[in-house]
Amino acid sequence: MLNNLMAWIEQRLPLMDAMNKHAAQYPAPKNFNFWYVFGILASVVLVNQLLTGVWLTMNYEPSGEGAFASVEYIMRDVDYGWLLRYMHSTGASAFFIVVYMHMFRGMMYGSYQKPRELLWLFGMLIFLVLMAEAFMGYLLPWGNMSYWGAQVIISIFGAIPVIGDDLTLWIRGDYVISGATLNRFFALHVIALPLVLVVLVFLHILALHEVGSNNPDGTNIKKPKGSVPLEEQSKFTFHEQYTKKYDIVDAIPFHPYYTVKDLVAVVIFLIGFCWVMFFAPEGGGYFMEAPNFEPANGLKTPEHIAPVWYFGPFYTILRIIPDKLLGAVGMFGAIVALFLLPWFDRGTVKSLRFRCTAHTVNLVQFAICFIVLGALGTLPATPLNNMIGIVASFGYFGFFVALWVYSKNEKTKPVPERVTGK
Amino acid sequence: MSNAPVNNGRRRFLTAATSVVGGVGVVGVAVPFIGSWNPSARAKAKGAPVEVNVGKIEPGQLVRAEWRGKPVYVVRRTDETLASLSVHDDQLKDPNSEVPQQPVYATNEFRSIKPEFLVALGVCTHLGCAPTHHKGDFEQHVAGVKNGFFCPCHGSKFDMAGRVFQSVPAPTNLMVPEHSFPTEDTLLIGVSEGEA
Repeated sequence: MLNNLMAWIEQRLPLMDAMNKHAAQYPAPKNFNFWYVFGILASVVLVNQLLTGVWLTMNYEPSGEGAFASVEYIMRDVDYGWLLRYMHSTGASAFFIVVYMHMFRGMMYGSYQKPRELLWLFGMLIFLVLMAEAFMGYLLPWGNMSYWGAQVIISIFGAIPVIGDDLTLWIRGDYVISGATLNRFFALHVIALPLVLVVLVFLHILALHEVGSNNPDGTNIKKPKGSVPLEEQSKFTFHEQYTKKYDIVDAIPFHPYYTVKDLVAVVIFLIGFCWVMFFAPEGGGYFMEAPNFEPANGLKTPEHIAPVWYFGPFYTILRIIPDKLLGAVGMFGAIVALFLLPWFDRGTVKSLRFRCTAHTVNLVQFAICFIVLGALGTLPATPLNNMIGIVASFGYFGFFVALWVYSKNEKTKPVPERVTGK
Repeated sequence: MSNAPVNNGRRRFLTAATSVVGGVGVVGVAVPFIGSWNPSARAKAKGAPVEVNVGKIEPGQLVRAEWRGKPVYVVRRTDETLASLSVHDDQLKDPNSEVPQQPVYATNEFRSIKPEFLVALGVCTHLGCAPTHHKGDFEQHVAGVKNGFFCPCHGSKFDMAGRVFQSVPAPTNLMVPEHSFPTEDTLLIGVSEGEA
C-alpha cells in the first residue's frame, strides 16, 4: 500500500531519486575533518532564524512609534517571547561565526579553486545577503545604536560622487532615518532577503553537488571512467549521475556517514549556542550593545559607536582611511577581494598541506589581521588603534596581492593521487 | 520541426522586437517600485522652519535645535574664541570655506551672519553622527585649540566655526543651514533673510 503510493509519487516527481542523488548516494570524500561541519551548522542556524523570525513578526510592530515598545512587549509580556528573541539574536551572531569558519575552511583547502569558482561565488553572495540581512535586522529593535548604526552605514552611500546624496535620501525615504526607513527595512528583512537567501543556498548546494566536495587533501575523488580497478573503487553504491562518468575513490555516502557525524557537531554546537542564549544573550555587549536598550534618538549619538562584532573588520577598514570616498571603496574592496579569490590564486594545488610554506604563513597572517581588524572595529578610534588598523589592513589586502604573486610559480609538494587519511 | 522552413532574419527580428518591447515594459513596471521609496508627501511636509530664542544663550554655551529631524547646533562664541579661529588655519582642510557648505551670506571668516552665533548642522560630514562639543578640553584632540567638536564615531575634528581639521575622515566643513535673524534675539532656521 505504502509502496504503491511511493511508486505513484516517484513516477510523477522523482523525490526518492533526488534524495539518493543528494544524500544517501552522494559521494563525499572519506577524510572530512572538523572544518567540514560548518556548512551544516549554517543550515541549522538558517532554519532557526527563519522559524524564530516568523514567530517574532507575530508580535513585532514595524513603526517608529511602536517598534521599541513592541520589542519590550515581546521580552516581558509574550509567553516565551524572550526566548524566541534571544534565539534569533544569538542566531545572528552564531550565523557569522559558522560562516566565517566555513569560508576559512574553503581558503585553507583551496575549495574555491577550479572547478569550484561558481560555488565560491554563490557562497560569497550568500555572505553579502547575510550582511544585508543582519544590518537591516539590527535597525528593527529601534534602539539608539540601531538608529545610529543605520545612519552611519546608509551615509556610506553618500560617498558616491554626484548621485550620493539623492541615493541616501531614496534609501531612507526621509531626510533622516525615520519610521519610513524602519518599515522598508522590515519588509526587506522578513520577506525579500530571506527569499533571496534561500534561493542562493539552494544554488550553492546544487553547484556543490555538481562539481563534488573538495577535501582536506585537495585531491580529486572522481577519476576518469575505467581508470581505476574495481577493487580500488569505493564499495558503496553511488547515484548513477556520478558513476556513469567517473570511477569514485575514497568516498562514502553523505547519508548516513556524514549526517551522523554532523549530528554530533550539531549537538555540541547547540550546547554552546544554548549556553550563550540562556546565560549571556547580550554576549558581553558584543551581541547586543548597551545603547540599544534606550529608544532611537535622532539628536543624540551614543558616545562610542561600534558595529556588532561581525562587521568589525570591514568597519575598521572604513574608518582608518581618512577620506570618505576612499574609505567606502576600501570597505567594499575588502569584500570584492574575497569574491575574486579564485582568480587571485593562480596555483593549481588546492590544500595548504601541499602548498609552499609562504602560503601557510600568508593564510595565518590573514586570519590574524582579520581578527585584529574585527577587534578594532568594536574599540574607539584612538590614534594607536588607527595605527594598528592600518597595519592590519595592509595585512588583509596584502594576502591577496602576495597570493597572486607567489602562486604563479609556486614550489609545491607532490599531491597524492588518493587521500592520505590524516 | 527540423525540416520546417526557417526565415532566420525574420525570427531574429521578432525575438529582438519582443525583447525590446518586453524590456520597456519591465522599465515601466520598475518606475512605481523605485519611486515609492522616495520621501512621501508627509515626510516632505515636515521640513518646516524652526525658531530659536538666542537671547538666553550664555557666552560659550551650545544649544541644540531640531530641524527636519536633524540636530542644529547654535553656539554663542566668546570674543576669545572668535579671535582664536584664525590661528589654526594651516591645520584645516578648507579654512576659507571654499566648498559651498554654507549659504553665501555665511561664507566669511566666522561662517555666520552674526560673528558670535555659529549655526551649524550637528551632523558629521563623514557618516552623519552628531559631533560632541568640547568646551575648554579640546586640546586632547588638537594641541593648542581649546574649543571644538569631536565626532565620537570616527574621530573627525572641527573647530568652533565648524571647519574640519586635516587628517580626519570627514571631507568637508559642517553644513551651515539657511538661517536668518528676524529680530535681535530670534533665530529662524531653514529660511534666509527676506524669504517668506
